[in-house]
Amino acid sequence: MHMRTVEISVGAFVLAGALALVFLAVKVSGVNLSQSSDSYVVQARFDDVAGLRPRAKVSMAGVTVGRVARIEVDMEYGEAIVYLEIQGQPGNLSLDTGAQILTEGILGARYVSLLPGADVETLADGDLIEETQGALVLENLVGDLITRLGAS
Amino acid sequence: MMDLVRALGDRSLERLGSLGRASVMWAAALWGLPRLSELPLVIRQIYNVGVLSLIIIVLSAFSIGAVIALQFYTQLARFGAEDAVGLGLALVLLRELGPVVTGLLFAGRAGSAVTAEIGLMKTTEQLSSMEMMGVDPLRRIVAPRLWAGMISLPLLTAMFNVVAIYGGMVVAVEWLGSDVGSFWSGMQDSVELWEDVGKGMVKSVLFAIVVTWIAVFQGYDTDPTPEGIGLATTRTVVTSSVMILAMDFILTLSMYGEFK
Repeated sequence: MHMRTVEISVGAFVLAGALALVFLAVKVSGVNLSQSSDSYVVQARFDDVAGLRPRAKVSMAGVTVGRVARIEVDMEYGEAIVYLEIQGQPGNLSLDTGAQILTEGILGARYVSLLPGADVETLADGDLIEETQGALVLENLVGDLITRLGAS
Repeated sequence: MMDLVRALGDRSLERLGSLGRASVMWAAALWGLPRLSELPLVIRQIYNVGVLSLIIIVLSAFSIGAVIALQFYTQLARFGAEDAVGLGLALVLLRELGPVVTGLLFAGRAGSAVTAEIGLMKTTEQLSSMEMMGVDPLRRIVAPRLWAGMISLPLLTAMFNVVAIYGGMVVAVEWLGSDVGSFWSGMQDSVELWEDVGKGMVKSVLFAIVVTWIAVFQGYDTDPTPEGIGLATTRTVVTSSVMILAMDFILTLSMYGEFK
């Protein structure tokens, strides 16, 4: 085989490999290049996050608006501090925005849902969301139900 | 009893010795970057081990992707979670099956060919005549094949993953009627660039180093007889496959061990 044919086919091979890598990055892992530059972090304290994980989605009205950056625990108050990375500039969430932890689908992936507030003032980078409702834990609900049934 | 101990010790020393020879060969061959004048040799070898392996990689990728999608779909459909087919397929392929299956196929298709080629060169004393002419066979024969393998296998792995995901999509979306939007969005939601794509590629680079190293060394260290070549070719495929599977377990454990 001529060297020229070999060179052309190797060039095509390397190009195909590079394109495959780009495809994996963009289409499969869904990298959003503008995402990292335009985001800020707000905190929310929950009494129970029950299975919420870092990188879970944060949504408002069902649309993804951010991700859970990290989760810490406050031993003193027995609360979980969840850091939410919100897309966009600070100022797109009102000060009395609420947050609750919900379950998505049958496999039970937890996510944070933001409830719109009415305040004119807005949350700045690092602010705390006051209105929160933790995850509903099935065992607690069942336990509650049994106690009530027993009482009546 | 003494004979057994002696044979055992003899064998271990022999293994240790071949590991030593392999390391020396590897270091000597890769000492310094390839000179520009050697680039045509590397390109020729990329053609031999990479381009010619493409057909088997693409065909296996398509059928493996299709089979995984089929299995995932039927099992997940029992829980009404068919939408998770895309993400399950992508994670399984990127993290495990892509690097491992491509590595195994590469060892069988390209590794064995490299061993047989170099083994025959040694048997017909081409390597020693090169040395006589003042041409270093390590630079001329061994180094281009090592570089070509280390470049080709990661590229083949990336193509394997893409084709397999496409094959899975054909089965899940076109045939079984899963929703195309949730197929891709489920995948994009949970696949991460470094955690899944990047670490999978790291695995494949390590497999590439090990497979090409074993293939070239087995050829270079062949017993210069017809049986020797056959034995070396078998040993290349067996050792590479076992090494890939063992390494994959260790790598998975160290990369994803704590399951963050």
